[in-house]
Amino acid sequence: MDLKEKLVASYFAFEDNLEDHSPLHAIRNNAIKIFEENGFPSKKDEAWKYTSLNTVLKHDYSLFSKGEKAIEYKDIKPYLIHDIDSYKIIFIDGKYSSHLSQTTHEGVDVCLMSSAITKPKYRLVIENYFNKAAKDDSMTSLNTAFSNEGAYIHIPKNKIVEKPIQIVHFSTGNEAALMLQPRNLIVVDENSHVQIIERHQSLTDNPVLTNSVTEIFANKRAIVDYYKLQNDNENASLIDNTFIKQKQESHASVHTFSFGGKLTRNNLNFFQHGERIDSTLKGVTIIGDKQHVDHSTLVHHIEPNCESHQDYKGIYGDNATGVFNGKVIVEKEAQKTNAFQANNNILVSDKATINTKPQLEIFADDVKCSHGCTIGALDESAMFYLRSRGIPEKEARALLMYAFSNNVLDSVKIPEIKKRITKLIAKKLGVNIGFDL
Amino acid sequence: MLKITNLHASVEDKGILRGINLEVKPGEVHAIMGPNGSGKSTLASVIAGKEDYEVEEGEILLEGEAIDELSAEERAHKGIFLSFQYPVEIPGVSVTNFMKTAINETRKAKGLEEMPANEMLKLIREKSELLEIDRKFLSRSLNEGFSGGEKKRNEIFQMAMLEPKLAILDETDSGLDIDALRIVANGVNKLKNKDNAVVVITHYQRLLDYIVPDYVHVLYKGRIVKSGGKELAHELEEKGYDWIKEEVNA
Repeated sequence: MDLKEKLVASYFAFEDNLEDHSPLHAIRNNAIKIFEENGFPSKKDEAWKYTSLNTVLKHDYSLFSKGEKAIEYKDIKPYLIHDIDSYKIIFIDGKYSSHLSQTTHEGVDVCLMSSAITKPKYRLVIENYFNKAAKDDSMTSLNTAFSNEGAYIHIPKNKIVEKPIQIVHFSTGNEAALMLQPRNLIVVDENSHVQIIERHQSLTDNPVLTNSVTEIFANKRAIVDYYKLQNDNENASLIDNTFIKQKQESHASVHTFSFGGKLTRNNLNFFQHGERIDSTLKGVTIIGDKQHVDHSTLVHHIEPNCESHQDYKGIYGDNATGVFNGKVIVEKEAQKTNAFQANNNILVSDKATINTKPQLEIFADDVKCSHGCTIGALDESAMFYLRSRGIPEKEARALLMYAFSNNVLDSVKIPEIKKRITKLIAKKLGVNIGFDL
Repeated sequence: MLKITNLHASVEDKGILRGINLEVKPGEVHAIMGPNGSGKSTLASVIAGKEDYEVEEGEILLEGEAIDELSAEERAHKGIFLSFQYPVEIPGVSVTNFMKTAINETRKAKGLEEMPANEMLKLIREKSELLEIDRKFLSRSLNEGFSGGEKKRNEIFQMAMLEPKLAILDETDSGLDIDALRIVANGVNKLKNKDNAVVVITHYQRLLDYIVPDYVHVLYKGRIVKSGGKELAHELEEKGYDWIKEEVNA
């Protein structure tokens, strides 16, 4: 039985175990039908032309973790931003871990999807928002069908959440191979502000496939800053589907730092429903070996006077492959749109590949849209300059690569994250020099 | 300190240096002058270890040790410093960050501990005052958006920080107004002592009014065709290079 058949067969048993009156019943049933019809995407699909799931799908994944492995705080501490006060929603093999988490219901709800979809007091929010931003492509639908657990965050209006929220999914190697499908819902009401950090991390080398869906709603004048830290083990793959629906004058940013994993596909979608919206999509990708990272972004400008800023930097070594597919749609009504997109890449090895493809569909006539992509090598004259000052070749190379990705780091608002990323970059580049001096 | 014997060097099979002989002793200032295209900057780059150039013949000794097989960073660790004619802009790396990395990497190569942060700050303050550099300037990205004068002053600031044994100043006067020229020259003079040496590469005599050379050499067609004292520089300023070319071509 291949993975698709296994998923479809398991669905009915899964759905039977859930409460009869779940408002998600019909949504789930519809979603599994879409997945059953379309199956996993293949390279024949235009959107998946440069990313093949073949090697990822060959494992016999367990769809639900059976046992429970005891995990202590010390086991996961290295993967948390632990030097700041934060809320934490921690999952172990797909199950919520209350003793490792720090959630809240004081003024804001930082808790679990599983309780949000079963408890009456969240029913209205679920009805209004669940699956309202997500698209019905095959992978998202698969997640929707199995959606049961993940983070549920609701910030009512006029709240500035002082502490960042960390959502971290760990896998323990309890199963020979495990598939996870977390589902996050984040609703930020008028004038509120929240910062969120998301990470997926396996603690062993057992294969893991995560198909994650996150829906974010930034209502009027809300500010949402979201950081994705992707530095997983070499047998862990991630398909991240994130959908952000913005209302007028809201600001939403997503920074994606991709340093690890076997295969990572980021489907990042912004929808602007209102005027004077600002959307920021930034990323730094540094990979080697046979790693693969794909950033497929969409910014949908629907109304006038909005902005979007995309800036993705990639450094590819060894046999690594990268994809940047940036789609910007500007509707006829969306006059005075400012949409910027940049994708700059450095290939460090002759065998590394990057496929970069900007797609601009502009139907309005009074807009400023720009895009630019570059693929190059490191500047040799800069290398000589640094080396002539006594900085060895490897360190000089690292310094230039760090400098190359620096303007993405510039807009990271949490200093501890910046510090952590800087350290990860240094480690990834195999040097020990303090850049953040 | 520096002894160059019969140096031949080429880039992409094109011979540029065709038998250079030069000896620089501790405490000396040498000026290398010459018309455009004579090989002045090539000589500077070859001494500093730029990989684009191939040394075909001859040798370069620093304190008696052959350095032509060493990498640029190894030469820097041994005390060679090149002030670039066109300093490279490096966005995203601050001047301070760059200098800290350079100093600590050099110390690491010598088996020393990293310089303590307070000592580093003190050194930066002291040397930036010497070059009349504004503190704000130090947190800017290296050379990015700097004026010509700022770039050159920044080069000499780096020299002051690294305290090389042998400093090669490649056309440091180009792009400088008279005030900046004085600041730069003053900086170089203050750093000068009996144990180090300076090689000034220049097209014009102007800089040599401020950094007074012990010896002046004229480079033409990849060879040193004439050497003399500082009065040779004045003679070149008055008469140009044509009479040298005529002498050589005759």
